[in-house]
Amino acid sequence: MTEKKDLLGIEAQVEMLNKERKSNNAWNKLKRNKTAMFGLVIICIMVFMVITADIISPYDPNALDLGNAYSKPGVNGHIFGTDEFGRDLLSRIIYGSRISILVAVGATLVAGAIGLVLGLISGYSGGIIDSILMRIMDGMMAFPFVLLAILLMTILGSGAVNVVLAIGIANVPIFARIVRGQVLVVKNEEYCNAVRVLGASNFRLLFGHILPNIISPVIVQATLSTAGSIISEAALSFLGLGISPPTASWGNILRGGKDYLNTAPHIAMISGFFILITVLGFNLLGDGIRDVLDPKMKK
Amino acid sequence: MVKTFLRRLLQIIPTLLVVVSITFVITRMIPGNPAVTLLGPQASVEDIAKLEEELGLNDSLWKQYTDYVGKLLKGDFGKSYSFNQPVAKLLMDRLPNTLLISLTSIVLAILIGIPIGIISAVKQYTPFDYISMVLALIGVSMPIFWLGLMLVLVFSVNLGWLPSLGMGSLENGLKDVILHMVLPVTCLTTIPTATFARITRSSMLEVINAEYIKSIRAGGLKEGVIIYKHALKNALPPIVTVLGIQLASSFTGAILTETIFSWPGMGTLIVGAIENRDYMLIQGAVVLTAAAFVFINLIVDIVYMIINPKVNLDNAKGGE
Repeated sequence: MTEKKDLLGIEAQVEMLNKERKSNNAWNKLKRNKTAMFGLVIICIMVFMVITADIISPYDPNALDLGNAYSKPGVNGHIFGTDEFGRDLLSRIIYGSRISILVAVGATLVAGAIGLVLGLISGYSGGIIDSILMRIMDGMMAFPFVLLAILLMTILGSGAVNVVLAIGIANVPIFARIVRGQVLVVKNEEYCNAVRVLGASNFRLLFGHILPNIISPVIVQATLSTAGSIISEAALSFLGLGISPPTASWGNILRGGKDYLNTAPHIAMISGFFILITVLGFNLLGDGIRDVLDPKMKK
Repeated sequence: MVKTFLRRLLQIIPTLLVVVSITFVITRMIPGNPAVTLLGPQASVEDIAKLEEELGLNDSLWKQYTDYVGKLLKGDFGKSYSFNQPVAKLLMDRLPNTLLISLTSIVLAILIGIPIGIISAVKQYTPFDYISMVLALIGVSMPIFWLGLMLVLVFSVNLGWLPSLGMGSLENGLKDVILHMVLPVTCLTTIPTATFARITRSSMLEVINAEYIKSIRAGGLKEGVIIYKHALKNALPPIVTVLGIQLASSFTGAILTETIFSWPGMGTLIVGAIENRDYMLIQGAVVLTAAAFVFINLIVDIVYMIINPKVNLDNAKGGE
């Protein structure tokens, strides 16, 4: 091998090294993972729906047509049928994707941001601050997740922003714990000591040097949390505490459909199916990213 | 060992205190006046004032808090406004119903999920492995409230085989209760079963490919003995961790499942209490649930220490 490299000359060697680096780069590894790619395709389709909802919806999602209520899928040009008010279900599902996916992503961002800061502080400072923060996180984690979100929703009142906050806050402890654990491992490594000796501020060390080295597990958790948050939003809306009608979200379409299982089962069937598929997509991608980023979890 | 155990035991005191405090603060922040909710919109101002006094709503928050914690320590959960009964009694009436479906579903999940995981690992890349892992992935992604509705649609509405509401009554025989349990338990057991299958498979794969298992195999031991005696034992720690998480989240699942099937457990009790602004009942139910969580975690940690001596050695700083 080395002989061959010598024969190839320096330029060819550089090219070969680049090729090797390319095939080992995380994205290229992920591309080879078929199930993760399948998940990514699902997510892309959903994101496409979110962005183009105004263009691709065949009907106004809130247009009532009581004469056409409970239409079966395919009847009168309604591909997914209509709901109890005669509204086009396909259009409501498409607009619902906006709420369901944006709320889930927003909640994950809230949880990730707060959890990251708390975890960094807790792990880096140690001592009494660490103890207090972690006991609070333990306490929050002791609540059944949906219960904590339900309680927060009761205080905040329904609405998309409040759902984001409630699910986000309930998700904070997971992120804080992951980040803290990583910081504890990393903070005493040589490169951190080196940066410290060179006189960098704590802030610079934390955000400039420690953060980039511990971000992998956070990304994995963020993908999986997005999946979980889609279900949480749907669960809250299903209990009547999340997004209130007439705004469409997959959860409240399902809640509406629950009362018409006898006459119009397609409402509940279709809305729940979209929740399942989207959650599956995020879980597949999350699993794939974990396999790629975590060398211990080799296949 | 004993020292680690005691330290772990002491740790739950601040956690429980945080739980009680968070619950207290959150319930006080719920908008709406319980006295008004209780008496209805037509109540006179004097009646409302009188009831507020009776319920202790006029005391300072700090006094309400210390009173509450003091009573909790004596096992007094207060009185439910809406049921006009002691909260402790309501909780004790409902808790067994929730435990019935959540524990049954966890036991089923262990009995089904772990064997599937083991077989998948041993027969890696066979059709059995692929099919069960695809099903498991769908299982962990399942919105269980939707699954519940679909089960009702198929087995109650269309086929008419199973009841979909309530828990039946022992007076109609044990069969009645069991029939009522089938759908809620199926619903609740889906996610844990899928999770056990996945974690067992990945944990077993890691162990099966380890050097020491290879050397045991080279020693000529029977494959069955290798898998079930040596490999499974070493693959157990992550499975126990997941068991703890699943036990805890089966409570969350129970809240949604009970709502769908009108199962008279803690979930329906809590949702009803929130609708009625029944502070004492919300507090009691949430504190009990969260305390149960804390104790489950404690037990899991202890079991973990027992089956995985490494954890213990790490803590004892070079105990070898």
